Amino acid sequence: MVRAMRSPRSSPRPADPMSAGGWFGRRGRARAMDSVPDGLALKCEACDEIIFAKALERTLQVCPKCGYHRRLGAQDRLEATVDEDSFVEMDRELQPSDPLQFPDYADKIRLAREKTGLDEALVTGRASIEGMQVMIAVSDFGFMGGSMGSVYGEKITRTFERAADERLPAVVFSASGGARMQEGLIALMQMAKTSAAVQRLARARVPYISVLTNPTTGGVFASYASLADVTLAEPGAVVGFAGRRVGRQDLGGHLPANFQTSEFQLEHGMVDRIVPRRDMRGALAYLLRFFSDKTDDGS
Amino acid sequence: MAANGLEFEKPILELEALLDELRKPEKREEARAQGIDLDAEVARLEAELRRVIEQVFANLTPWEQTLLSRHKHRPYSLDYIRLVFDDFMELAGDRRAANDEAVIGGPAFLDGEPVMVIGQQKGRDLRERQRRNFGSAHAEGFRKSLRLAQMASRFRRPLISFIDTAAASADLRAEEYGVSEAIARNMAEFSALETPVVVVIIGEGGSGGAIGQAVGDRALMLEHSVYSVIPPEGAAAILWRDAAKAPDAASALKLTAEDARRLGIVDGVLPEPLGGAHRDHHAAAATVKRAIHKALKELSRLPVDELLSRRYARFRRFGAWTEGPGHGAGTGESPTR
Ligand SMILES: [Zn+2]
Repeated sequence: MVRAMRSPRSSPRPADPMSAGGWFGRRGRARAMDSVPDGLALKCEACDEIIFAKALERTLQVCPKCGYHRRLGAQDRLEATVDEDSFVEMDRELQPSDPLQFPDYADKIRLAREKTGLDEALVTGRASIEGMQVMIAVSDFGFMGGSMGSVYGEKITRTFERAADERLPAVVFSASGGARMQEGLIALMQMAKTSAAVQRLARARVPYISVLTNPTTGGVFASYASLADVTLAEPGAVVGFAGRRVGRQDLGGHLPANFQTSEFQLEHGMVDRIVPRRDMRGALAYLLRFFSDKTDDGS
Repeated sequence: MAANGLEFEKPILELEALLDELRKPEKREEARAQGIDLDAEVARLEAELRRVIEQVFANLTPWEQTLLSRHKHRPYSLDYIRLVFDDFMELAGDRRAANDEAVIGGPAFLDGEPVMVIGQQKGRDLRERQRRNFGSAHAEGFRKSLRLAQMASRFRRPLISFIDTAAASADLRAEEYGVSEAIARNMAEFSALETPVVVVIIGEGGSGGAIGQAVGDRALMLEHSVYSVIPPEGAAAILWRDAAKAPDAASALKLTAEDARRLGIVDGVLPEPLGGAHRDHHAAAATVKRAIHKALKELSRLPVDELLSRRYARFRRFGAWTEGPGHGAGTGESPTR
C-alpha cells in the first residue's frame, strides 16, 4: 500500500516564519532566503547572492555560491534520501489533539497543515536506501517549528519499536525546535518516551543513525536525536540545547563564532561527522552496509 | 521574615508578627496591668491566622503555586535527605570532568534499609547559590547522577531521585560538555535501571533539567511544586512577547501538581503542611518519607523484568492524539475532560 504524501507544495517555498512551538522560542537562523516575488530566483541570506530557483533544485537547496544548506521539508528530504518510489508512509492517521486546551493551539495546527500539506511535524515510514531496507523518520521544521508533541513522539516511538521488531536499521532526520510547548508536560514526556524506545532498540542490537539538520535544538537534541549509534550533521546547522538567542543573552557575547552549530558539536565530540547534503545518501548507504550483517543474523 | 515572604503571604506574615509580639513576656505584664485578657486575644488571633492561611491557600493561582515552588525557605533536597533518612554519605564527581554541585547524591539508609539518593540542590545564601549554579545542572551533574543510579542498579539498591531545578544549565560550558546528550542518556539509561526508582518533585520540575533525572517507576509531587515543559516566563515571552504575562502562561501550561496528576504524569500529590512546606520542614519530610516507604513496598515485590516492562509502559502511554475514524483517542492518558 504505497501512499503518496498529500498535496505536493510549490517549490521554492517561502521561508518558514518562526513557530512559537519551540522550547525556548528560538528563531534558528532567521529566514535563510527571502523569496523574490516571481519565484524565479532567491536571495541567499548567508551570502546575499541572487540564486536561480532551478539551480537550487539541482543542488538540493544548497546555495551554489556559498554552500549554505537551506531547510528541506520532509517530502524533499525523503526524495533526496531514499530510493525512488520506495517510501511507504506509516501512521499517517495519527492526529494531534489539544489536551490542555492551550491558547491558539488548534489554530496553529490548522495553519501549519495548510502551509505544509502535512498532518504533523514528523513523517515516518519504511523505505530503502541503495536497496537496503530501513525504518525512516523525518521531521519538518515548517510544521510548528518541527516541535515534538504527542503525535511526533508516538510516531517516532513506533518507528524505533518496528525497527527493533523487524530488525531494520532506523534512520532519523531531525529539524526541530524541541518539545511542543502547547502540549505542556505531555510534550516533555515524549523526551522520556522516545529515549526509552532508543534504549530498547540498542538492546536489540539494531542500528540507529541520527541526522541533525538545521535546526536541531531543545528537547529533541536532548532526547532521541542524541542517542544514536552514529550521529551525522549537515554543515552549518544550528544544533544545541537552548536556542542561540537564549544562550547569547545569558553569556553576554563571550561565545565562539560557531556556538551551537554542527561544527561546534563536532569539535566537542557530540557529532560523529559533518556530511554535506549531496553526500548524505552515500554516507547513509556506507553505514548501512557496515551494519547490514549484524541486522540480518536475527539475534 | 516578611521581606522574604511572597506577596500573597503578606497577611499571614503580618498576623504572625503581631502574634510574636503579643507572646513576649513584657506584653503579658503590660496587658495584665491594663486588665486585658491576653490569652483570649492570642487565641482569637491564632484562629484568625489559621482562617487566613486556609483562605489564601484554598485559592492559589497556578502562578502563585509557581512562586511557592521557588520559595526561598522551601526545603531543598538536602533538607529532605537529612530529615527522611537515618544517614547519608555524599559522593562526588562524574569520573569524566568535574563535580557538579547542582546535583548531590550518595548512599543513604531509610529506616535501616540501604538506598541510593540523588537530588538537585539549590543554595540557601548567595554564595551557596552560585556554587550550586542555582540548582541548574551541567552535563557533569547528570553524569554524576547516572553514575550513582547505575551503582544502585548494579547492587540492587532502590533509587530515590529528588527533583528541584528551574532548568538545566544552557551556558557555554553546558554545550561544550554535552548537556543535551547527558539528559538524553539519563532518560534512556534510567529506563533500564534494574532497581526500583522513586521520583519526588519537591519544588521546581523544570523541563529537560527535571526529566533528565525523573524517569522512574513512581513519580510523586509535593502539593505546591510545579512541573513544566518551559518556565511560565519563557512561555509568555514566546506567546505574547511579554514575560510579564507569566501568570497567564502558568495557567495555560497546566503545571501544578494537581494538573500533573490529572494528566496521569505523576502518581500522587503529597499534601504539604498548611501554608506550604517551608512553614514546617519536619512535617513535609514526614509525608515524603511515608510516601517513599509505600512506593518502595509496592515496587520491591516486582521481579526486575516486570519492573522494567511496567516502567517502559508507564512512559509509553504518555500522549494524547486521535487515530483515524473509529479509533477514538490514543492510548493512555488522553486527558480530555
Ligand atoms: Zn549563499
